[in-house]
Amino acid sequence: MRLRGLVGLGLLGTLSGCHGGLFDPQGQVTGNEMFILVDASLVMLAIGIPTILATIVFAWWFRASNVRATYRPGFTYSGRIELVVWSIPLMVILLLGGVSWIGCYLLDPARPIESPTAPLEVEVVSLDWKWLFVYPDQGIASVNMLVVPAATPIHFRLTSASVLSSFFVPQLGSMIYTMNGMTTQLNLIADRPGVFRGLSSHYNGDGFSGMHFMVSSVTPEQFSAWVAQARAAGPALDAASYRLLSQQSSNVAPFTYRSAEAGLFRDIVMKTLPPGPGPLQTRSSVISPAIGSDHAY
Amino acid sequence: MPTDDPVWGKLTWAAIPFDSPLPIIASVVVAAVIVAVLGWVVIKGHFPYVWREWFTSVDHKRIGVMYVVLAFVMLVRGFADAAMMRIQQAMALNAPGFLPPEHYDQIFSSHGTLMIFFVAMPFVIGLTNFVVPLQLGIRDVAFPTLNSVSFWLTATGALLVNISLFIGEFARTGWLPYPPLSEIAYSPGVGVDYYLWSLQIAGVGTLLTGINFVTTILKTRAPGMALMRMPMFCWTSLASNLLIVAAFPVLTATLTMLLLDRYLGFHFFTNEGGGNVMMFMNLIWAWGHPEVYILVLPAFGIFSEVIATFSSKSLFGYRSMVVATMAICVLSFMVWLHHFFTMGAGANVNAVFGILSTIIAVPTGVKVFNWLFTIYGGRVRYNVPVLWAIGFMITFVFGGMTGVLLALPPIDFLMHNSLFLVAHFHNVIIGGVVFGLFAGYTYWFPKAFGFRLHEGLGKAAFWFWLIGFYVAFLPLYVLGFLGMTRRMQQYDNPAWQPWLIVAAIGAGLIAIGTVLLIVQLYYSIRHRKLLTDLTGDPWDGRTLEWSTSSPPPLYNYAVLPEVMALDDYWIRKERQIDSQVESPAPHYEAIEVPRNSPTGISCAFFAALLGFALIWHIWWLVALGAFGAFATFVVFAWRDRVEDEFPAAEVARLDRQHLASRRHVAEPGPAS
Repeated sequence: MRLRGLVGLGLLGTLSGCHGGLFDPQGQVTGNEMFILVDASLVMLAIGIPTILATIVFAWWFRASNVRATYRPGFTYSGRIELVVWSIPLMVILLLGGVSWIGCYLLDPARPIESPTAPLEVEVVSLDWKWLFVYPDQGIASVNMLVVPAATPIHFRLTSASVLSSFFVPQLGSMIYTMNGMTTQLNLIADRPGVFRGLSSHYNGDGFSGMHFMVSSVTPEQFSAWVAQARAAGPALDAASYRLLSQQSSNVAPFTYRSAEAGLFRDIVMKTLPPGPGPLQTRSSVISPAIGSDHAY
Repeated sequence: MPTDDPVWGKLTWAAIPFDSPLPIIASVVVAAVIVAVLGWVVIKGHFPYVWREWFTSVDHKRIGVMYVVLAFVMLVRGFADAAMMRIQQAMALNAPGFLPPEHYDQIFSSHGTLMIFFVAMPFVIGLTNFVVPLQLGIRDVAFPTLNSVSFWLTATGALLVNISLFIGEFARTGWLPYPPLSEIAYSPGVGVDYYLWSLQIAGVGTLLTGINFVTTILKTRAPGMALMRMPMFCWTSLASNLLIVAAFPVLTATLTMLLLDRYLGFHFFTNEGGGNVMMFMNLIWAWGHPEVYILVLPAFGIFSEVIATFSSKSLFGYRSMVVATMAICVLSFMVWLHHFFTMGAGANVNAVFGILSTIIAVPTGVKVFNWLFTIYGGRVRYNVPVLWAIGFMITFVFGGMTGVLLALPPIDFLMHNSLFLVAHFHNVIIGGVVFGLFAGYTYWFPKAFGFRLHEGLGKAAFWFWLIGFYVAFLPLYVLGFLGMTRRMQQYDNPAWQPWLIVAAIGAGLIAIGTVLLIVQLYYSIRHRKLLTDLTGDPWDGRTLEWSTSSPPPLYNYAVLPEVMALDDYWIRKERQIDSQVESPAPHYEAIEVPRNSPTGISCAFFAALLGFALIWHIWWLVALGAFGAFATFVVFAWRDRVEDEFPAAEVARLDRQHLASRRHVAEPGPAS
């Protein structure tokens, strides 16, 4: 009874969509990807369900105790059946392979999203263990909060200050790895205003669970207001404050930088700025030290 | 850099986690169990027997059994990790749970490492060891002593992973230690070193196994056993061991590069000095994807044997199955990139690897249909192995479909590293590999020991595992859609928790299934008189292993069989039933059997010292371990006597006894 209650509760949570899953896409990228997922699932279920049913029916009917079933020990080869059993999966894969091929190009993370609105540029740096978002055109930056105008394509350039991580906002679409010394690209769009969850979808150390952020999709006016507000207060992001930020910390409360030094992202990628340091190791313990959590910047 | 102590290296009292009760309690319990078992063996005076007949045995059957025992013990350990993870995640909504990150991260890393390298691998290799020479109709593998070395090196790897529970720590990097996280800068502790040296030592053992079995299958079959007369399990074992020979050197080389980075300041995968993480990912998956098929192909072979035997029919489309097996063997090397579609490689690369990955579904689908048509027109006897097989067919079709979804790059962009992925690979590893291994274990158990496992308890274990699997992993599929990524020690999304609680309940059901398997084994041993099978052919089998006694004599076959056809033993049985004429008494000759040798266990002892010393930078012990292992090899190479002779009279006596006890098999009517 309790079990059923729990399952019911879970279903309710899913259907209401208030906690942001893939069933509740808020950007066209997730929407398109989910469309492929549903189609591919239906195609395969059309083969898979009959196969599962046939397994159950055959196994039940041909049970040793069933005197009505015909025992045919010689039925071990049939050219026609062989042709069919090779053809069915082959045709499914031909179809899905075509979908895959087209989908790879249309939904390539690096492919710009077609829109009358010019894209917003955002530079993303994954640090141990928080996200730094630099807005090069606005000259500001934020940590663990991403504010974007709705219905505007966003062009992300991403790198990592230290270890491999992965940038992912499920409701907006594709994830992409961030790697030190390299840049990856991602294009997303939020169809309408809203608040969405973002996280690192690749495990990257002890502070991993505390490395999530909120995405606010707002109207263009609200976005301009937010930029103005960010410029008015907060610390400045330059080489010195970046080094401080790159120390290991987790569950960092969101904040903004009033300014971001031009070329900072390039310096991180080119390693003009050194990679983030690992844990501070003391000689007394051979066990890697535990991370401090919750010490905000 | 501070210098290490010349005697103890990095090892200090700080290495023992006195401050955390869980590992200490676990270690004490494990140590107590080991001491109790060893004490019992010694006090009861069994030690000389265990040493002579098991530890130094080079008999493939004994080695196979020891592999399976190792796998079962490690399964319990790996399952304990899984249970802790499920409990932690069920309670960790905005709460720290009972495992801090630095423990939780070790637990999921050791869970994956143990389950793949020290449960699935030894179980698969154990069954291969036991069954393949019997099915091929030969007396032993090509290199019997090397086989013993392989086993003991695998056991050494498992030992090192378990020592890390008590002395030091295990890796906190996941089961594949992606750099730069696994580099010395971000993982300065000994955890990654434990991982690396365990796998290097066990990996050598696995590679030697691969060489041994490829040679055995290709070069030492019984007279008349053409390749196309081999039982399906031999074919899948051949494919699996070919993959081992091709893939494990890649693993060893990759881990060596990471070791060079960590120990000698190289820059293969570091952030500095031109290192490149993408190279590691490509290399590790160039091994990692074939590894999946190293595990699952033998399981496919087991299902082929089980379904054919219990349907009382030859396998449908045997040639198709051989083609499908070898196609999977080749294709598995061409798809590694699907493990990182989200690296930003570009549409061309993703499209090619996406399509290649989906193509593997074709031969796999063919296999499922062929099993289906094997059942069609059969007479299915519902013993425990066939339950596992049918449970597998249903579960695996589902897992295969989610696999094809993940192979489509646009879908992978949403699902990669999510719990959907975790659910998928558990779906194929539990529903495919583990069910297969349990089917094989139940199927060949009477061959190994001369009595069956208890049916009722086996059926109960099956149902708990099957239902437990669905309850534990269907919620993880849903959680993937809810955007939950893997390896989270805590989370703040309330929508996830109900599903995680259901998953934890599923893990509880699987736990009951596992306990039932242990109870089944205990009960069956206690009541072995009731479950005895004297015929050597309890399931009305089709392949050669069922023609000899259970357990088979040291030399397997008194007279090597002449193989005329596929399912030769079944055809001979049918003919005997029809004609009611016994085959003429064979002519017995003395048989040479390889001598037992402590080479394997001695090698492993020194390899364990070597590994431990390298982990803790105890350099004098490194030298001692390396010297000891080499000295063992030299002593073995200089041996004078290679084989013992089994006199013809004794062979004749044992075989006549066996033939007498199975006379009724040739009587008309199905054997029960």
